[in-house]
Amino acid sequence: MITQSQNGFIQRLFYSIFPKILREGKDQNRYRGYLNTFILHFRPRNVPERTLRFTLTWGLGGMAFVLVTLLIGTGLLLKFFYLPSPEKAYESVLYLQNTVLFGQLIRNIHHWSANLALVVVFLHFIRVFLTGAFQPPRQLNWVVGLGLLILVLLSNFTGYLLPWDQLSFWAITISMGMLEYMPVGGIWLQELIQGGTEVGPATLSNFYAIHTAVLPVLLIFFLLFHFWRVRKAGGVVVPRGPDEEMGNRGETVPTIPNLLLRELTVALVLLAFILILSVLFNAPLESKANPGLSLNPTKAPWYFMGIQELLLHFHPLFSLFVIPLCMGIGLAMLPYLKYPSNPAGIWMTSLKGRKMALTAVFFAVGATIGGVLLDEYVIRCPSWMSDVPVYLTAGLIPFMVILAVILGFYVKTKQYYAANRNEAVQTLLILLLTAFVVLTVIGIGFRGPGMKLVWP
Amino acid sequence: MKKVKGPVQEEPQTETSRRSFLNKLWMGLGLLAMVEFIALVATFLWPRSKLAKGEAADLIITAGPVDKFKVDSVTAFVRGKFYLARLADGGFLALSRKCTHLGCTVPWLPKEGMFECPCHASAFDIRGEVIRPPAPRALDIYHLFIENNVVKVDTSRVIKRGRFDVSQVVYS
Repeated sequence: MITQSQNGFIQRLFYSIFPKILREGKDQNRYRGYLNTFILHFRPRNVPERTLRFTLTWGLGGMAFVLVTLLIGTGLLLKFFYLPSPEKAYESVLYLQNTVLFGQLIRNIHHWSANLALVVVFLHFIRVFLTGAFQPPRQLNWVVGLGLLILVLLSNFTGYLLPWDQLSFWAITISMGMLEYMPVGGIWLQELIQGGTEVGPATLSNFYAIHTAVLPVLLIFFLLFHFWRVRKAGGVVVPRGPDEEMGNRGETVPTIPNLLLRELTVALVLLAFILILSVLFNAPLESKANPGLSLNPTKAPWYFMGIQELLLHFHPLFSLFVIPLCMGIGLAMLPYLKYPSNPAGIWMTSLKGRKMALTAVFFAVGATIGGVLLDEYVIRCPSWMSDVPVYLTAGLIPFMVILAVILGFYVKTKQYYAANRNEAVQTLLILLLTAFVVLTVIGIGFRGPGMKLVWP
Repeated sequence: MKKVKGPVQEEPQTETSRRSFLNKLWMGLGLLAMVEFIALVATFLWPRSKLAKGEAADLIITAGPVDKFKVDSVTAFVRGKFYLARLADGGFLALSRKCTHLGCTVPWLPKEGMFECPCHASAFDIRGEVIRPPAPRALDIYHLFIENNVVKVDTSRVIKRGRFDVSQVVYS
């Protein structure tokens, strides 16, 4: 047998890191065992087999995590070249793209991951909502999830300004302009965020600090908390048919390899997708920001286009403040309403819920498109009633009309389908979310110069 | 049980009250420290906009002699970020170039004789009055004064206004 002293230096070093016991025949399994127990610090030993089905979670939560990891990694790399001052920011991005090897690729990965993260997180939110996974014991985690959605949104928004080109400068300018309409503290908040009365050097410093330090720390903290609460709730919601009782977790299978392999596959496919996207399409970069020349049309970042579209139809007080606030409060309160049953795990609550959801989607698409067209070409409320204040004619009156339509839809469908509160509330939210998505699509695709409706 | 009075019972009582007093004291000091740190952070982040204002003298822009500006014309001042408008009656107005809707920069279209915002198509006339919504208010103005027939504009503070009013116009 060889003793330690007979080995060379490199070998002794190697054996000190990987002890002998792990390398010998039957103990090979133990080495693997160590790795597995490390992984099992984060994952349960066994998981219900039914939760492994791809069409339960669509891998969306995992994808969001992969994207955040990718964003932190590429973000760290970008930090080595980016200079956060108005004179240098744009040039440093140009330098990164044109001179640094793979600079453009890293920026593209960061850009596409960020945009995709927002889509994935939104879809994850829809999935959790439609499978009733906000019902007890997951109530708090739903609210935490909403917080994470906002954090991802803010990360996207603060990152949008950093290239300091025309696109980013004006998008942030008009987004900041929206704050002025907050009735209480709006202007104060705007000055605080901008570090002055307009978008300038202080704004860039603020956004840089928030984007690269404040938000990532918050995001990591809340992500870990989110994951921990998933574990505490007994893993992801166990799917079941509309007639199945709750509490039947079915067969369980070992996490390694069953769940791990699936997660790894999703992660790798996603990585491949991001890489292909980043090789084929460059992140946009317009000419350097010019505070004296607005773009036509100037559009907010795409994820705010729904709100910008609302802005064209309502007084800013309503489109920027009242409506988003109502939506936010409603979503946060969703798990705390009183429900007659706990349909967690059933897609869309019940068979009836699915029919109602379909009705809501069709109604929302029709009504939103119809409403936008009507407001664009027919209704001229402010000029018909020119002596009434604008916040009534363009604000309160249209808002009340829309509210009446929504409430009417809620009451009518609840009656027609003889639905319980689970189904009715779900239908209402599907109606609102679909309308929001339709508005976003109109804003992104169908608004041309001067914000007039155009065919794309 | 019968209550027994004596030093044996009293001692632990004073012990607890002293301990609870010290606990409260530490808790109070902890809270105080927290408040201090919050105040520190708030004041650190807060005055940035105030500091940026700097010397007011720098922000007074000398536009030029009165006769340099034709009646019914608009001149852009890039450094001061405003438009000097001379109305048809010879009066002056210093208009902010920021659209009151969402803050885009409005260009002056001499042919149409109006400011048109490229962002959401708001339009303003030469007095800054809204011709076409969605802009909710007339363009902001700056304080303008005429010294020795020279037009000067104080850009340190914007004046918000709902509508155009004759009192806003400055005559030489």
